[in-house]
Amino acid sequence: MSHVLVVYTDDEPGVLTRVASLFRRRGFNIHSLTVGPTERPDVSRMTVVVDTDEATARRAVEHLRKLVNVLEVQQLGIGRANVVRDLALIRVNAGPTRRSEVLQLVEVFRANVVDIADDSLVIECTGSLGKIEALVDTLRPFGIIELGRTGAVAMARGTRTPVKAAIAPLRTGGGAMSV
Amino acid sequence: MSIAPAGPQTGAQLIWESLTREGVDIVFGYPGGAILPTYDAMTEYTIRHVLVRHEQSAVHMADGYARASGRVGVVVATSGPGATNLVTGLATAMLDSTPLVAITGQVGSGLLGTDAFQEVDITGITRPVTKHTYLVTRAEDIVPAIREAFAVARSGRPGPVLVDITKDAQQSRATLDWEAAAPQRHLRHLPAPLDQIALAQALDLIRSAKRPIILAGHGIQLSGARAEVLALAERADIPFAITLLGLGAVPATHPLSLGMMGMHGESWVNRAIQEADLLLALGMRFDDRVTGKLKEYAPHAKKIHIDIDASELNKLVPVDVAIAADLGDVLRALLPQVPVADRSEWLGSIREWKGDSAVRDIKNLPDDGHLYAAHVMHDLWRLTKGEAVVVTDVGQHQMWEAQYYKHDGERSLITSGGAGTMGFALPAAIGAKLARPEAEVWVVAGDGGFQMTFAELMTAVQEDVKVNIAIINNGYLGMVRQWQALFYEGRYAATPILSPDFVKLADAFGVHGQRVEARSELATAVEAARTVKGTALIEFKVEQEDSVYPMVPAGAALHDMIRRPAPSVLAETGQDPV
Ligand SMILES: Cc1ncc(C[n+]2csc(CCOP(=O)(O)OP(=O)(O)O)c2C)c(N)n1
Ligand SMILES: [Mg+2]
Repeated sequence: MSHVLVVYTDDEPGVLTRVASLFRRRGFNIHSLTVGPTERPDVSRMTVVVDTDEATARRAVEHLRKLVNVLEVQQLGIGRANVVRDLALIRVNAGPTRRSEVLQLVEVFRANVVDIADDSLVIECTGSLGKIEALVDTLRPFGIIELGRTGAVAMARGTRTPVKAAIAPLRTGGGAMSV
Repeated sequence: MSIAPAGPQTGAQLIWESLTREGVDIVFGYPGGAILPTYDAMTEYTIRHVLVRHEQSAVHMADGYARASGRVGVVVATSGPGATNLVTGLATAMLDSTPLVAITGQVGSGLLGTDAFQEVDITGITRPVTKHTYLVTRAEDIVPAIREAFAVARSGRPGPVLVDITKDAQQSRATLDWEAAAPQRHLRHLPAPLDQIALAQALDLIRSAKRPIILAGHGIQLSGARAEVLALAERADIPFAITLLGLGAVPATHPLSLGMMGMHGESWVNRAIQEADLLLALGMRFDDRVTGKLKEYAPHAKKIHIDIDASELNKLVPVDVAIAADLGDVLRALLPQVPVADRSEWLGSIREWKGDSAVRDIKNLPDDGHLYAAHVMHDLWRLTKGEAVVVTDVGQHQMWEAQYYKHDGERSLITSGGAGTMGFALPAAIGAKLARPEAEVWVVAGDGGFQMTFAELMTAVQEDVKVNIAIINNGYLGMVRQWQALFYEGRYAATPILSPDFVKLADAFGVHGQRVEARSELATAVEAARTVKGTALIEFKVEQEDSVYPMVPAGAALHDMIRRPAPSVLAETGQDPV
């Protein structure tokens, strides 16, 4: 089963390695991992999707909490209670004879065509993991030439208190890197 | 404590200033180019430096120092090979939750990433075997990094932290601002307030249990919760089984103490665990060496697990009540509500099982006039009145020590449990003695492991440290030989090991040396070692092919123990023979 972990970390060199090597070391299987900046300049936010049972996911959370650079971890389901979004770019065969068929499907999935070549199209699609997988499956018979995905970014619905501001990263200027 | 001069100081000075303010009185280390500025500044401070013979030993010494005292051990080493030599020691400390801070020199920041002379990515290499690592490239970041390193090493489940400091950071200047550098990030994940529902559930389980047993682990020592654990045991009349690292955390001769559990634990202890209806796991982590086959582990028992490390809960053994908090805090909250109970029936059955068992009975050793390692451990226990701090190496002698030396005092057994690092004993003992100069410190090491780090004898001499050393010489890497005997049809590949003449070796190092080949010579030799000035070494020539019993073969269920093959009479008494 997929579990989504949202991890707030210090924005420091080496933090990504720490998180990734924790997952490797403990044998937790990462489906996707994305990192990016947040509303706070000193804090990064990772979304990690792991394929594992509930107990293991909970243990992964506890391991993450032991990392000095981790401010907070949220465990989200992939259900409707949360927004989980992935972006895919799909280069698919679409010669003159089948092009309109592909374009119809793009319409149905509310995806976009972002590049057109003689016999292929590049399609951009944003959506839940399920939606992207469905689009990929639908396009597969046409022949997928190239597929790239960002990995999921997730956020809980409703309101939420911001990341604890109290405990700031270790910074006296450039900062000792927690490498 | 030195008084910080006004105005900027060098990074090297800031390192010593920070260590001094952290209360450090001794560091274990070895110099080299990248850490030279720091060594150069050392003489301005009162901190004692112990020069080791190998950086791995510096970490073991700091580890022994920390385990004997409860303080943070400190190591200093240079870049490159100096730093990589720390790895085994850090892993050993990590697996046994010892608080350490290791400071390494690093090449100048401008050279980082260029494969400069003696540059290695030590923060990368040590990441999985430390709680945290820092790479410091500027003098102004030294104090915050070191302060936080100490806080991280001590807090929660303790462990080692490495601070790698570039040479230019040691050489350039910054102004000390101690207050501004106060660490905070280690406070991010303090245990949540005690979970009252879980406490109530735990109480219910304790109330209704008929056959409860406490599994007493290292966490008792780390939490300082001995009094609380004993209060719980006594109030609710619950016997306790002890892990290897729990030995000494609770007293072995307490009436409710059953003895060691696990692979080489007592048969009655393992049987009690298998038949219990409630396990109270206190500061232990269900290592495979104590559970045996998980599927068949304690099949009738409800389980309560209390540990400060939440990631240990439900890791291997699913439990009914899991509490992630400081053990002492939890027990203080529970105790007033724990009903006084009388479990004489349950205790009686365990006593009966104990009556059948042979492991503790030295009388069961073959009566062939030979010297057995068990004799040495037992007699050492008697002769030191059980009051020594014993530091063991890894192997058969380690298990015999655990079985036959009864540890009552806190921090009285120091041993590498999680990592099982051979070569640990001598350096760790030197560290322990420096932490507790008033204690009588004994090394119990095998002929194999002693040969890994015996160069530290010279450190003991140079630093004028008295440790007493018992080398259990069986001519083999005995524990491995035992596995070969039991599971590899007796093919002794690479386990016979030659040793130097240990008495001459002692002589060469300028320490007192003796050899003991019969039990009758043992007491005199031990007394001589105890009374001579300075470090003393005794080589015990013991039965070569003896094995540690009982034994749960790896992967077998806890009750499937191999017993000592029956000698003549198996008159189990459960009493101590002497
Ligand atoms: C550094 C290291 N290398 C290898 C081992 C594997 N090992 C475990 S016990 C043992 C034998 C130890 O022999 P010795 O020190 O003579 O002690 P004995 O078992 O004979 O008492 C070995 C090789 C280890 N634990 N640590
Ligand atoms: Mg040996």
